[in-house]
Amino acid sequence: MRIKLNVNGGDHVLDVEPRTTLLDCLRDHLGLKGAHAGCEHGVCGACTVLSDGVAIRSCLMFAVQAEGTNITTIEGVTPGPGELSPIQDAFCETHGMQCGYCTPAMVLAAHALLADNPSPTRDEIVEAISGNLCRCTGYAQIVEAIALAAERMRGANRPSDKRR
Amino acid sequence: MNSSHHRYVSADRRVREDRRFVVGKGAFVADIDLPNTKHIALVTCPHAAARIKSIDKRAALKMPGVHYIVDGRELAEATLPLMTGLDTPNVPRRPLALDVARYSGEWVAAVVADTRAQAEDAAEAVEVDYEPLPFILDAEQALAGGPLVHEAHGSNVLLDKTFVWGEVDKDFAASPRKLSLRVKWGRSSTVPIETFGVVASWDPWREILDVYASIQMPRYADQIGAALKLPSSSVRVHYDVDVGGSYGVKRGIKNTVLAGYLARRLGVPIRLIEDRLENMRGGDAHGPERLFDVDVAFDDSGIIRSMKMRALENVGAYAGRSPFQLGKPIGSIVGPYKIKSVQYRAIAVVTNKTTQDAVRGFGQGPTNLALERVMDEVANALGLDPLEIRRRNLIRHEEFPYLIPSGTTYDSGDYHTVIDKVLADTSYDALRQERDRLRTEGKLAGIGIAACLEPSGGNATFEALLNPNITTSTFMDSCRINVDGMGTIAATMHTTSSGQGHETLVGTVIGEVLQVDPDTIRVTRPDSLNSLPSGTPVGSRMAIMLGGAAFHAAQKLKTKLTAIAAHDLGIPLERAVYEHGNVFDRSAPQTRRSWADLVQIAHRNIHRMPNGFEPGLAVSHIYEVPTGGTPPTADGRVQMYPCFSFEFHLILLSIDPDLGTPQILRYRLGHDCGTQINPKIVRGMTMGGIAHGIGAALFEEFAYNDDGQLIAQTFMDYPLPSSHEVPPVEIIDHETPSPHTVFGQKGSGESGYLGAPAALANAINDALRPLGVSINTLPLKISNLGDLIAAAREKGK
Repeated sequence: MRIKLNVNGGDHVLDVEPRTTLLDCLRDHLGLKGAHAGCEHGVCGACTVLSDGVAIRSCLMFAVQAEGTNITTIEGVTPGPGELSPIQDAFCETHGMQCGYCTPAMVLAAHALLADNPSPTRDEIVEAISGNLCRCTGYAQIVEAIALAAERMRGANRPSDKRR
Repeated sequence: MNSSHHRYVSADRRVREDRRFVVGKGAFVADIDLPNTKHIALVTCPHAAARIKSIDKRAALKMPGVHYIVDGRELAEATLPLMTGLDTPNVPRRPLALDVARYSGEWVAAVVADTRAQAEDAAEAVEVDYEPLPFILDAEQALAGGPLVHEAHGSNVLLDKTFVWGEVDKDFAASPRKLSLRVKWGRSSTVPIETFGVVASWDPWREILDVYASIQMPRYADQIGAALKLPSSSVRVHYDVDVGGSYGVKRGIKNTVLAGYLARRLGVPIRLIEDRLENMRGGDAHGPERLFDVDVAFDDSGIIRSMKMRALENVGAYAGRSPFQLGKPIGSIVGPYKIKSVQYRAIAVVTNKTTQDAVRGFGQGPTNLALERVMDEVANALGLDPLEIRRRNLIRHEEFPYLIPSGTTYDSGDYHTVIDKVLADTSYDALRQERDRLRTEGKLAGIGIAACLEPSGGNATFEALLNPNITTSTFMDSCRINVDGMGTIAATMHTTSSGQGHETLVGTVIGEVLQVDPDTIRVTRPDSLNSLPSGTPVGSRMAIMLGGAAFHAAQKLKTKLTAIAAHDLGIPLERAVYEHGNVFDRSAPQTRRSWADLVQIAHRNIHRMPNGFEPGLAVSHIYEVPTGGTPPTADGRVQMYPCFSFEFHLILLSIDPDLGTPQILRYRLGHDCGTQINPKIVRGMTMGGIAHGIGAALFEEFAYNDDGQLIAQTFMDYPLPSSHEVPPVEIIDHETPSPHTVFGQKGSGESGYLGAPAALANAINDALRPLGVSINTLPLKISNLGDLIAAAREKGK
């Protein structure tokens, strides 16, 4: 079937099987490999992308269901070649990852959180990433990365990601 | 060496790998897109054990996109069984079941189709006629007899070996007190978020099998070649594939042999990415399920004189690496304690469960649980505090190097100081008062203590201990450095990584030695045909082994640069001083050759080189495990791993008396892995290990029902700890350098996982003690705790 998706600000007309998940569509039809399959039953969150700014699981919905929404992937929040967003940079500063497999999803979960809440408490950060499993880090340096990003972004006097 | 003397080592520096991961540009195996790739889906056995009477592929082969279906018969005729390391020829392990399937979920046939979805559709249409067979799930029953998992083997026992180190009987007879404890480590594993995946592609003209895989396995290319009857020089493993977590378990040799065979058979690239169900069931990636019976003999002051430990491992249907996981703990069988004599019986039995593979610590986690539970019970028997019991039995700083009964000498440690530091600003008495206060509020509260050692720098001598026909003693690691004609430095490492930051390690070490900014040093991973030998990141060894290889390669380069400069300056070698890439004359510091001069000489003015020097600036080093690898003595003593990190875990925990939910209120950790090359990495490893240990202790179990069906096969019923379940941990670092390593570093990837389950089990038992009950079976699930507490309260009414 033919579907029309808006991904990272661009419109794409695609021919997909009706049963194609949004995750497979992003990876296999649009070459956006930053979203990862972890469990494919909606628990681990490695496939997280943003739908109209909200973190969602791209393994749990069909591509066709994403019509009419604005999908943002990790590729869409990366400012440019060789550049990092403040959140991505904060993850590097605290080493909020190890193997990197859950990382794009964690970064997107952080983007969704900080767009709504520029000054989250530790508990709010923990809650915001609680749907994203990381097997490597024990989460401490991820929580610190998001707190650091929030602090830096508050000080930066810049338009929020939501408005950009 | 003291870390304060270092410029880059131990500095709080970023991890270079992180940049690609935060933007989603890691190169994972599922990201490999080779043209015309076909996909595998698997037909799996629905029974715990069954004879395969027939396989009807006709309907499936007619389905859209389907190219081929291979069964166990065809594969067995074309390939050799997988290497196991045990001399058990009648327990062959193959990618697809041959005639008999031995666990629910075992792979029976593989369908190849244009897309994974088409292959899955067709797999459901393959009709297999099974004759269900008797099966066995319990290790003790398997040991006693029961239905045989492998009829031709004649028993269910793969390994039964008893070691006696020291005067065990005499020490038991001479000790006034004895105690027995049964402890069970439940079947869990590392369960990375990325499943195992492989893409294989055969070029029949070059005769090369290209393999891209999320692998963490020693001798991977060798094993692929052996099974496929190919010279290993026809197998090209691409080490630049990022591995999405492993912690030991990513050993998908059977997946690879299957994909490799099909790639050759069909002449197209073949891809097999496990889905979560395959990963948890037929992916052969379970971890230890181990039953301990421990006896200890001790005196009235709590000094433990001797220990008898029987470890019974339920390895599942095939050998895998599991039986050897009974061997590695021998290298630290007494943990950090001065136990004079030990009897150790290691038994491995097969059952109709999923095959195991290597898991973080390689058997050390379960052993440490047993040891630390026993320490608490000894304290309890004597009415002494568990902390005091440990202080009395721990090896003292001045006693290092310390030889344990099983033949390993521990390198260094300062255990009492680590504990003192943990308690320096949190008085132990205050913690106990807090626990007692919670108890007066009607809560169940407990303090849990666990010490643990992390043997690191892995050699392979445990294999020879358990199988005398194996003579492999050790395995090396390597690094190559080339300074090109423009003067830039590029180094190579020769294995995959799964999040340990090895590129950062290599850059940091070379930068330290050469006194150049590590960020200017390129680090890459050639494929296996362009690599030097590497033992891969197992056995908590890379900081020591890859760090050691990089250090010595850089030293060779520095030596060569210095010699070239001395020769060109016409000064004796001992007057030439290397500094930041330049070399000057000690007697006349303005007389010097710059880095650019030296590169010019080595690459383009070769006539200016000292006689006999190779042109260019390429060096390599293949590094042997410090302390090497000597075969075991006849009575089973051997120097196992060279270095021993130490951790001390201290937990305050409460349990909701109605629900059974444990809550960690305080978690303090003393950690000593010698010199930390990158503190960010060490901290992450430690925290990740603790999180993994919390999972193994409280939540994770590959549970089976009475029908032999795995009932935990999704993340809904095999819950990994989320950010809610992992509490903040106060880590108190201490640094006791190893005398055996280039910077004093030791391993740090395992000890969190080795200590946390024991500390949690001790905390929970302390909390339950007022009820007069105890629990020694992991995982300590909320439901089990709730039932236990309810029963105890009912009885107490």
